[in-house]
Amino acid sequence: MAINYKSLDDIELLYGAKTCQGCGAIMAARMTMKILGEKTCLATPACCFAATTTVYPQSAIFVNNAVTAFPGLAATISGMAVAKEALGWDEDITILGIAGDGGTIDIGLQGLSGAAERNDDIIYLCYDNEAYMNTGVQRSASTPYKTRTTTTPVGMCSMGEKNEIRKSLFEIMVAHRIPYAATASTSYPKDFMEKVAKAKAIKGCKVLHIMAPCPTGWGYDPALTVEIGKMAVELGLWYLAEYEDGKLKLNFIPKEFKPVDGYLKAQKRYSHLSEKDYAEITEIRDNEWVRLRKMFGLD
Amino acid sequence: MSEKAFISANEAAAHGVRLAKPHVVSAYPITPQTTLVEKLADFLAEGKADYKYMMVESEHSAMASALGASMMGARAFTASSSQGLLYMCEMLSYVSGARHPIVMVDANRSTATPWNIYGDHRDALSMRDSGWIMLFVENGQEALDTVIQAYRIAEDPEVMTPVMVNLDGFTLTHTYDMVDIPNQSTVDEYLPGFTTTNKFDLKDPKTLCQTVGPDYHAECRYLQQKAFEAAKQKIEEADREYGSIVGRHYNGMVEEYRCDDADVVLVTMGSVTGTARVVADLLRQNGKKAGLIKIRSYRPFPKEYFAGIKDRFKAIGVVDRSISFGFEGTVFSEVKSCLYGSNTKLANYIVGLGGRDVTKTVISEMYLKLFDLMQGKNGGEEIQFLGMRWE
Amino acid sequence: MSKPKVNSSFKPPSGYNEMFFGASNGVGILPTVNSGFRTFHPEFDYERCIKCMFCWIYCPEGCIDKTGKELTIDMDYCKGCGICAHECPRKCIAMVKDGGLDE
Repeated sequence: MAINYKSLDDIELLYGAKTCQGCGAIMAARMTMKILGEKTCLATPACCFAATTTVYPQSAIFVNNAVTAFPGLAATISGMAVAKEALGWDEDITILGIAGDGGTIDIGLQGLSGAAERNDDIIYLCYDNEAYMNTGVQRSASTPYKTRTTTTPVGMCSMGEKNEIRKSLFEIMVAHRIPYAATASTSYPKDFMEKVAKAKAIKGCKVLHIMAPCPTGWGYDPALTVEIGKMAVELGLWYLAEYEDGKLKLNFIPKEFKPVDGYLKAQKRYSHLSEKDYAEITEIRDNEWVRLRKMFGLD
Repeated sequence: MSEKAFISANEAAAHGVRLAKPHVVSAYPITPQTTLVEKLADFLAEGKADYKYMMVESEHSAMASALGASMMGARAFTASSSQGLLYMCEMLSYVSGARHPIVMVDANRSTATPWNIYGDHRDALSMRDSGWIMLFVENGQEALDTVIQAYRIAEDPEVMTPVMVNLDGFTLTHTYDMVDIPNQSTVDEYLPGFTTTNKFDLKDPKTLCQTVGPDYHAECRYLQQKAFEAAKQKIEEADREYGSIVGRHYNGMVEEYRCDDADVVLVTMGSVTGTARVVADLLRQNGKKAGLIKIRSYRPFPKEYFAGIKDRFKAIGVVDRSISFGFEGTVFSEVKSCLYGSNTKLANYIVGLGGRDVTKTVISEMYLKLFDLMQGKNGGEEIQFLGMRWE
Repeated sequence: MSKPKVNSSFKPPSGYNEMFFGASNGVGILPTVNSGFRTFHPEFDYERCIKCMFCWIYCPEGCIDKTGKELTIDMDYCKGCGICAHECPRKCIAMVKDGGLDE
């Protein structure tokens, strides 16, 4: 489905959330709702999205929605999808879950694994801002190497996040062999919204993992959210890919990867890094891409 | 026509679930609840039921998916025990606060450590503040009937509170008894389909399970307490009506057995009641005025009933199948507080922990101690562990 | 303007009989505006605008209205993040300091 901005709906189904200026998460959620429309029932666990849209008396969500327990999003939307069928609701209704990286890849992973195995008819959107942002920027399994967070602070004995490998939600979902999984970025809206449209048309468990830059947690001018996101993809620190019909596909391969320091220097969470660290991160990036190229069958 | 079958309480409860026609059943196995969810799967395989059966990957997900189903307006069921109940305990509170009328069966089992698969009340009683109505059954027949009644109580617009039906692990879940299984049309007459406005609706969209800050939170809790007050009458009514339509009832929240002229009574909950009836009968045959009070509804607690028996008996012993460490048996605390100001002698008997059999001998011992208390003799300490290996 | 409005008619419950049931609420209820977030607000140069819609899709708040002849901004819900100005390929959005705007 080719996305044409002019023909997308004017009606806003997410509006007035108390997110920070330049929030990538709400940007991702808004783009999703532009495709899914008002015949959507959505649930969200404890995360920025829930805390900024659904605190009585406010409801910044304009469709049926619920907040659920932190580890329980996947199971909750599974229950909704099964009940939808049991009660004979219109097949055209989408059951959507929106969660952050912490609520998905850490505490929510067991539930998501169960939902994926059962192949319940859900769309699971994980917006990845690379830490537990709602509770004040604590590290998650998705926090990149040497990132400063409040639980991986920088000091004489620490250079931030120790783990070089980020847990890959995409690869975990591929291992579950669900009908559709994709990675995306708010800086590539057409690519993302095409993926949402594809997911909507497929029956079964669909997982979308979108990078959502966070000005507050990452430390940059809110106006740069889209630019930062674009840099991440162009530098190969985030990839755009799909898993469909059992086949892996990279949607965008930069001809050459630019140096990482522009990206890292733009964010206060990396202010402790020096040339030595940039070189190390570049090497890790390059090694990762050797592995990824093999995985996607490019070499 | 109803049919009779020689089945376990788990199977009986499963029949109750089948007859209640839930839309969604979330199943995760844990001893001693397993044969219940297995029977529910059997019904599907045999074409005797058509609920959606979700094979969730944990108890937390069992309750979360039941919540999701209930939010869509479906009648939902799940079952668990012990460790599983504790694993889903966050979700128990989630469901009750949002007022979703889910029914679950808890096969009462001790909680680790030490790891133990056998029956006591430690699991359920540790969840007594979760906001669920909690009913305890005495046998398989009552399990079947109470599961059906539970939906009637839970879904009442003035209640709209989830209900936990408690069955003693192994003592009930895995022992066999003759059970009368009502036919579907009789149950349909008693239990209508589930309708509510507390659900998603495309024409009337809702936010459910939202965040509420200090400004309105207390009022939400006040209304929950009010629902529990309303539930007291609804439990009585649901039981009475079940009696008139199906032909069996259990006296609502509390049942007295041979209490009319009793000097001493035991207060019991669950399967111990059945054994205690036999002992009370034996004592009566020997001219001893022994009675028995069965608590069926633990939450809401039958406060008015207990306040009403303040000075009726000379001694009351409360049987607890768990202990709140650092204090006393939980049921004892609650009965005692209702009897505040009473002159009745009180005793707490802690028995049946970790599946230790509560025998007629032990129950006789309780009654004899109560008679001693009544006569001003030494009946032992206020809180006693009975049936122990050593003093 | 097709954008949702601040719910000035929203009345909090005044008694138990008006309390929401359980933990429920309606949807799309906005008791307050978000204009207090911002220091700067966007202003369009309509001569240069080619209606590419980049600003419209990237606005996290969705407060750019494309239903009219020209793009307009819902000043009740614009947080002044500046993404629209930064992403505009024709640089026809300027971020102008607030002040002199009626609240």
